Amino acid sequence: MTAPVAAPDRPAPEPTSASSSEDVGRRREFLHFALRGPKVLISGSILLLFVIVAIVGPIIRPGDANAFVGPLGAAPDGAYWFGTTTFGQDVFAQFANGLRTTFGAGLLGGGLAAIIGMTIGFIAGYRGGLVDEILGMVTNIVLVIPTLALLIVVTAYLSARGIVVEALFIGLTSWPWAARAIRAQTFSLATRDFVDLARMSGVRGLRVIFSEIAPNMSSYLFLSFILLFGGAILIAASLDFIGLGPTEGSSLGLMMYNAVAWGALPLGLWWWFIPPGIGITAIVGALYVLNVGLDEIFNPRLRES
Amino acid sequence: MRRYFGRKLFVYLLTFFVAATIDWLIPRFMPGNPVQSLLSRSHVTPEALPSLQAYYENLFGLDKPFLAQYANFWGAMLHGDLGRSVYLSGSPVTEVIMGAVPYTLALLIPAILLSYWAGNKFGAMAARRPLLDNAVLPIGYVLTATPYMWLAIVIAWVLGTIVGIFPISGGYSYSLEPSFSWTFISSLLSHWVMPFMSLFLVQFGGWAIGMRNLIIYELDADYSRYLSALGAPSKLVRRYAYRNALLPQVTGLALSLGVVVAGALVTEIVFAYPGLGKLLLAAVQNEDYFLLQGIFLFVIVGVLIANFLVDIAYVVIDPRTRVGMRGGTA
Amino acid sequence: MSLEVEDLRVYYRTLAGDVKALDGVSFKLADGEIMGLAGESGCGKTTLGNSLVLLDGRMKHVGGSVKLDGAPLPIANFKAMQEFRFKHISVIPQYAMSALNPTRKIGKMVEELLESRGIGGDEHRKELERRVQLVGLGVDVLDRYPIELSGGMKQRVVMVVSTLLDPSLLIADEITSALDVSSQRAVAQTLQSFRDKGFVRSMIVITHDVSILYQISDTLAIMYAGKLVEKAPTQTVMEQPLHPYTRLLISSLPEMGVRFADQRLKGIPGTPPSLLNPPPGCRFRDRCPLAFAKCAEEPPLVELAPGHSVACWKAAS
Repeated sequence: MTAPVAAPDRPAPEPTSASSSEDVGRRREFLHFALRGPKVLISGSILLLFVIVAIVGPIIRPGDANAFVGPLGAAPDGAYWFGTTTFGQDVFAQFANGLRTTFGAGLLGGGLAAIIGMTIGFIAGYRGGLVDEILGMVTNIVLVIPTLALLIVVTAYLSARGIVVEALFIGLTSWPWAARAIRAQTFSLATRDFVDLARMSGVRGLRVIFSEIAPNMSSYLFLSFILLFGGAILIAASLDFIGLGPTEGSSLGLMMYNAVAWGALPLGLWWWFIPPGIGITAIVGALYVLNVGLDEIFNPRLRES
Repeated sequence: MRRYFGRKLFVYLLTFFVAATIDWLIPRFMPGNPVQSLLSRSHVTPEALPSLQAYYENLFGLDKPFLAQYANFWGAMLHGDLGRSVYLSGSPVTEVIMGAVPYTLALLIPAILLSYWAGNKFGAMAARRPLLDNAVLPIGYVLTATPYMWLAIVIAWVLGTIVGIFPISGGYSYSLEPSFSWTFISSLLSHWVMPFMSLFLVQFGGWAIGMRNLIIYELDADYSRYLSALGAPSKLVRRYAYRNALLPQVTGLALSLGVVVAGALVTEIVFAYPGLGKLLLAAVQNEDYFLLQGIFLFVIVGVLIANFLVDIAYVVIDPRTRVGMRGGTA
Repeated sequence: MSLEVEDLRVYYRTLAGDVKALDGVSFKLADGEIMGLAGESGCGKTTLGNSLVLLDGRMKHVGGSVKLDGAPLPIANFKAMQEFRFKHISVIPQYAMSALNPTRKIGKMVEELLESRGIGGDEHRKELERRVQLVGLGVDVLDRYPIELSGGMKQRVVMVVSTLLDPSLLIADEITSALDVSSQRAVAQTLQSFRDKGFVRSMIVITHDVSILYQISDTLAIMYAGKLVEKAPTQTVMEQPLHPYTRLLISSLPEMGVRFADQRLKGIPGTPPSLLNPPPGCRFRDRCPLAFAKCAEEPPLVELAPGHSVACWKAAS
């Protein structure tokens, strides 16, 4: 996992016009690109596939994913599609349930980080001045602290851990880059005429942000959320891998932890550690590509002719 | 310039202060009592418990008032005393950490530098050659999306278990004693290759993609168009674009440090490589709080220093920052 | 130097089809002539300017020819054009304010540019310094980064750099649009002095602001919807325009001393046609107060008086 690949400083998008016929045209253009561009289609399909597995999987294979049900260390076959672990657990059941946990952590953690990032970014970009300086300093401090190290220390002290707590901590620590990016965009939008107009009409701070600035950044906000979502999944997987994940249930990172801890490598039980890794890589990779694909749609300048 | 660096230094010191304080506060605010959990794991007779408890409380300094504990914490730390490791039966944490740091640095520094250089070069090349681009782009995205520990696992499995050319665990062969012999050094190297490769590849993907996108952006900028209109050969245009694209990449390097360090930690765990990562896992599993806190502080200091170095590098390569500091903008 | 443009057609590739930005433009430019090229936004004047220097990826040369000093100019061939760029044909772009590399000192950039083109540095350095002073800047400007200069200063630097090799043809694209009125005058006069001093032989000055052209250009060419509608000496265009569009354009200019109460400013109602699928016949037909039946057929550009060409059935009759 690396720092988010794409969140460059870019000029703020042009504000949407009031005319409805232009809106229809814009929507049509959006759909045209969304359905033609291979990036959006392929990455969207991959994500959809995993979501389906996450929803349907545990229904096909109900029960506790960690129950000891089958032969020990068996390779994939008709009965156990992903084989079994050294303890006879169904790897597919673990995988499907793990997907739910992973998506959950990503949504909650990424969502929380998005909310914090937006709040701080909007306020700092809109108010400026001393408020901006202070928030900037807070952002810098949280940005520089290696979050995984902090999370390890924090979660190590918790005796009982669930997805919610994990997601909470991830959300509280991964927002800085988003806050910075959103602040920069808010800055440039806040100086535009239509914002001045709103202010002069007596609309107050918070409402200006919600009704004028945010809607014109909606594509940017959505893209930031996608990246935060992906990042949260990676961090959660790493935490799980160190053994600091949820103490109950299954997750993709936890599967890898167990696989390594119980000798899947020297024993060659590849079906134990390959699926979870592919799952995370495919989901996060699809999110990155989706981000780029949607960016091209929203920012026509990036489109390759 | 002094003001700029002074300000940066101030933020870093503040960050260290905040991080260290959080580090110190955590055990005191978490549910459960570290002393109790230590006691419950120790195998002593019930009569000995009270004196063991008193010992631990003294060790943690929990028998003193809050502020005094805090002051002691800082005093001890500035003396290089990070407490004693419970898991390693009382060895000073500082010593334990210092034993592991060289291994981690041996992985991190070459991996960061090489992947940065190679990734940027490849990304720049891909931006110019559509054929190369078609290969680099998907590979880059896959690599950068791959979690560090999984790539480590896959490499260990393929090259270690299946092909068998590299050993999959340890820093050097378990049968050897550290010495300056060629056997030992070659053993060190062969154990180093896979973890290094794993760290290198993930970062490489990220830098390549980032640079490729930045170069495309720069090649489309007004100054590039003007140069082309004046008949400048594409070599000159590309050179300028590369130079300008490096700037955000340097900033990106600073931002990625925390993440890379985390990646190194999990990679070491996979390979049982005797660096900070393996130590961290042991600390977590054995609930060795002193060791855990010590590693955290160490990592923080390392990352802050590296950030500061990158800040210096940025000022050197972006002439506009120096102008801004002189107050020279029109 | 002489420039002959014959039925030039340059289209833009878009998803929706080809935008016929330049659809059959013909004119001649004599040695030493400053031709003003004016028209509304989207009429194709910038496309014309660009196509003579740098055809970018989205444009395609569909038809027509360009001759420079009697020899064909290979505008569609990027490599072949390299020999002409900067040395014989140069451009002051619309984006002059951001045309300089932000991380290079200006003097260094020029030096590297010249070197990369195989042109020695020293004599040109002295000339560069001389010309920079001619436009009212100090020589120290060459040791600065673009960020240290104001917009107007950058504009002037780009003007000097673009004309450093004494090109035969200079294309100045909207170079006064971002400036205030007094700066506009200064820039316009500088341009004229470049021609008078021999730094540049002929010029095409592109703008939507006709009043500037009145000051410096010898001839005026008016474009509308991808076509050239009138070309004549400046005085003639201002005083005796023949094409209805030109007449409306001139009359829409505010006059000094005339008050609003006495004479209202006239605009031209309507908008130009889409260039994706332009209507047949004269493109100005829908907005023209003088349109009649013949206008359904496209009027050719005809020379009605020496040096005065118009594309209008009404004017020709």
